[in-house]
Amino acid sequence: MVLVLALGDLHMPHRGSDLPLKFKSMLVPGKIQHIICTGNLCIKEVHDYLKTVCPDLHIAQGEYDEETRFPETKTLTIGQFKLGVCHGHQVIPWGDLDSLAMLQRQLDVDILVTGHTHQFTAYKHEAGVVINPGSATGSYSSITYDVNPSFVLMDIDGLRVVVYVYELIDGEVKVDKIDFKKTTDIKPLTH
Amino acid sequence: MMISNGIEDEEKWLAEGMAGIQHNAFYLHRALDSNNLREALKYSALLLSELRTSRLSPHKYYELYMRAFDELRRLEMFFKDENRHGCSVVDLYELVQHAGNILPRLYLLCTVGSVYIKSKEAPAKDVLKDLVEMCRGVQHPIRGLFLRSYLAQISRDELPDIASEYESEGDTFMDAVEFVLQNFAEMNKLWVRMQHQGPLREREKLDKERNELRDLVGKNLHVLSQIEGVDLEIYRDTVLPRVLEQVVNCKDELAQYYLMDCIIQVFPDEYHLQTLETLLGACPQLQSAVDIKTVLSRLMERLSNYAASSPEVLPEFLQVEAFTKLSNAIGKVIEAQVDMPIVGAITLYVSLLTFTLHVHPDRLDYVDQVLGECVKKLSGKAKLQDSRVTKQVVALLSAPLEKYNDIVTALTLSNYPRVMDHLDAATNKVMAMVIIQSIMKNNTCVSTSDKVEVLFELIKGLIKDIEGTSTDELDEEDFKEEQNSVARLMHMLYNDDPEEMLKIINTVWKHIMAGGPKRLPFTVPPLVFSTLKLVRRLQVQDGDVAGEEVPATPKKIFQILNQIIEALSVVPSPELALRLYLQCAEAANDCDLEPVAYEFFTQAFVLYEEEVADSKAQVTAIHLIIGTLQRMNVFGIENRDTLTHKATGYSAKLLKKPDQCRAVYACSHLFWVDDQDGIKDGERVLLCLKRSLRIANAAQQMVNVTRGSSGPVTLFVEILNKYLYFFEKGSPQITGAAIQGLIELIKTEMQSDSTTSNPASDAFFASTLRYIRFQKQKGGVMGEKYDPIKL
Repeated sequence: MVLVLALGDLHMPHRGSDLPLKFKSMLVPGKIQHIICTGNLCIKEVHDYLKTVCPDLHIAQGEYDEETRFPETKTLTIGQFKLGVCHGHQVIPWGDLDSLAMLQRQLDVDILVTGHTHQFTAYKHEAGVVINPGSATGSYSSITYDVNPSFVLMDIDGLRVVVYVYELIDGEVKVDKIDFKKTTDIKPLTH
Repeated sequence: MMISNGIEDEEKWLAEGMAGIQHNAFYLHRALDSNNLREALKYSALLLSELRTSRLSPHKYYELYMRAFDELRRLEMFFKDENRHGCSVVDLYELVQHAGNILPRLYLLCTVGSVYIKSKEAPAKDVLKDLVEMCRGVQHPIRGLFLRSYLAQISRDELPDIASEYESEGDTFMDAVEFVLQNFAEMNKLWVRMQHQGPLREREKLDKERNELRDLVGKNLHVLSQIEGVDLEIYRDTVLPRVLEQVVNCKDELAQYYLMDCIIQVFPDEYHLQTLETLLGACPQLQSAVDIKTVLSRLMERLSNYAASSPEVLPEFLQVEAFTKLSNAIGKVIEAQVDMPIVGAITLYVSLLTFTLHVHPDRLDYVDQVLGECVKKLSGKAKLQDSRVTKQVVALLSAPLEKYNDIVTALTLSNYPRVMDHLDAATNKVMAMVIIQSIMKNNTCVSTSDKVEVLFELIKGLIKDIEGTSTDELDEEDFKEEQNSVARLMHMLYNDDPEEMLKIINTVWKHIMAGGPKRLPFTVPPLVFSTLKLVRRLQVQDGDVAGEEVPATPKKIFQILNQIIEALSVVPSPELALRLYLQCAEAANDCDLEPVAYEFFTQAFVLYEEEVADSKAQVTAIHLIIGTLQRMNVFGIENRDTLTHKATGYSAKLLKKPDQCRAVYACSHLFWVDDQDGIKDGERVLLCLKRSLRIANAAQQMVNVTRGSSGPVTLFVEILNKYLYFFEKGSPQITGAAIQGLIELIKTEMQSDSTTSNPASDAFFASTLRYIRFQKQKGGVMGEKYDPIKL
């Protein structure tokens, strides 16, 4: 059982001052093995904070990230899954599933994590799963109205991944989960 | 060398003294065992002679004294039992006065005196009076102090107190009080006299020795507090005035400090409250070197705790006007001690403020008054430089914040900003950060523009360069932390009412616009987003208030936004400004304000053309423009055409061919929007895709194929994916044949010798083919669509 935290679009301090307290108390160091961040932190303090939650931190560059040169896209393998992360402002139209599917094929990953829309979504389609963890601070977005703070926790176990989404609605943390199963193992490289 | 010799010598002398006592004690015990009064007196006198030494420090003398004390206890028991020695106590009292030297004589006299009182053959008060006066015979400080201490100790249980067995007509607790007061006065005089005993260079040693003896003197006050007959009235009318008289007249700073503190600690808080004026009246009369502020602080601390533990006494505080008296006393002390440094005065005010916050937290006028006194003290002087003073001022200003947990309360204290004005720029910033942290910690919402105005005045050191400072001197990390704090703060300024919110925004803008190029990149974005949130609130609120001229309309707010973002040009921050303009454009689109949205796009394009020079930055910027434009539904055909034309044009002019290719095919989405009203122009989509294909071809023909992971083949696969996208959407211009052609082209390219194999491209192409297969297998409409495509 491997726990992977996916979050992003915190926009601190441009659009919000801090993560919701209820989220902070849940993100205890030592419980999570990897963090995948879609970007738009935007300052170093946020980066340092995420590092304390888990040192294995993978971040993609958001358009408001200052003074950093995170990669535009990043891929990594966790267990039987290949994951990819990209902020998402590069994929037009923004939030469009089919265009994101193209990126997924291009990165050749099972799970693609993107952000930018501040709206949690999790879609399964031909190539695999596309997840948007939303905005962890619930910050303003030109694309989505009424943004609730949200983040995603993935539990990767063999060929199965359970995606837990945590949303702060009217002061209460609501959890939902979605199951995905891979049909085949990762193919070994043939050449 | 001298000192260690001294210590060695002292040890020797002490040992000699102890041996002497031991020696005589042996004979004394023999005498006691055989009930031999004469011998007992002889040897006890000899024993007590050891206490005549002047060679020991108080610490060592005490050891000797205790040894003798043990023996005197035995002696007392012997004296008590007349059967053993056959002498009446009256005669005994006479007899012991024949001892040769005065010190042993007096010790013996006191011992008999105790027995005398217990026998009740004479009134306690007469014996006590006699003893306390006889002790005057010993004027040597250390010897005298220990002698009188002995007297105090053995008489302790025989004082004529209320309901004590020694009370009688004419022999009352007042006599006990009188006795203790007299003993106290004499002991204090002896104690003070030690001051003048040694040479000046040994002052430190002297002070240390004096401190070792202080509890002997203080014990008398403790005894006074224990006398039951001493109630508030007696304390107020007799005890306190007499003690204070001694304290003031002795003119000795060590004694004064200790005794004032002793009074405060030993007597009940209730008494202090009722005698506040008298107690405080003594303070200005003390020596100027006395640390009166500590004394007063401890008094105020005790009273604060008293109020905290017994809330029912609070009315009493008001009744005796405790605050006013303390405030006046402090004022007088500061006036009297002209040489008192500022740090002393401010420390006093900090204590008074703490007291006020504990005892009268609801009396903001008192709190403000204390701050006002500080302002008076600080005014006329240059900005504070002394770090100890600034530390106290920061403590002063932090106390209300901590107490009220609500910056809003502190903001109503009129003197609060005035105190802050006296801080130097660096400390002002420290205080400003304290204020901001208090707001963040308590999640306080500052909800009116008036309060925001006061707040920003307080923290002005962070907002702009105050005279004499410049941002150049600052440490970069510190500066960033400051400005990020200000940014966070802005999210706490909020009001549900749009009119008030707009006033808040205007107030904040007024302050931060003077921040200068270094600060604006930090402060502008949060203000812009707060404002955009307001716009959205107005937009979502249905219906205009018919006919009324409302200041808060989206249109007017967009004008302000334009101004705010324009200020970034002095930094300059073109990339940030571009992003903010695009945000505004989208918001204007949602408000149905076509000209406003167009204007924002124009601004964004101008920045792109003139200011964004870095090629990577251009790629991101153009994608943001395309992405935003793709979502616009407010534009009429003409405007839309102009903007899409510009976007496509700039896309094709990016520096690197792969970037050009990608931007151009991104533009294809500008001509196809999935909404029911959205544009669906298949022809122009195809034009874009074909153009990007041409660029990809050109890129392929360029030299250096091995550069980077995105070789030209990848571009072809990307374009293929785009063809599939529009094919699925049903754009008639995108045909199966075109797709087939593209697939063949890619296959050919990949198999060609001149192409180095690229695993990423291979995998991408493979997954694309896999996707096509998947769609074909779906059956239904999609399956049919894909049927002509052969893999």
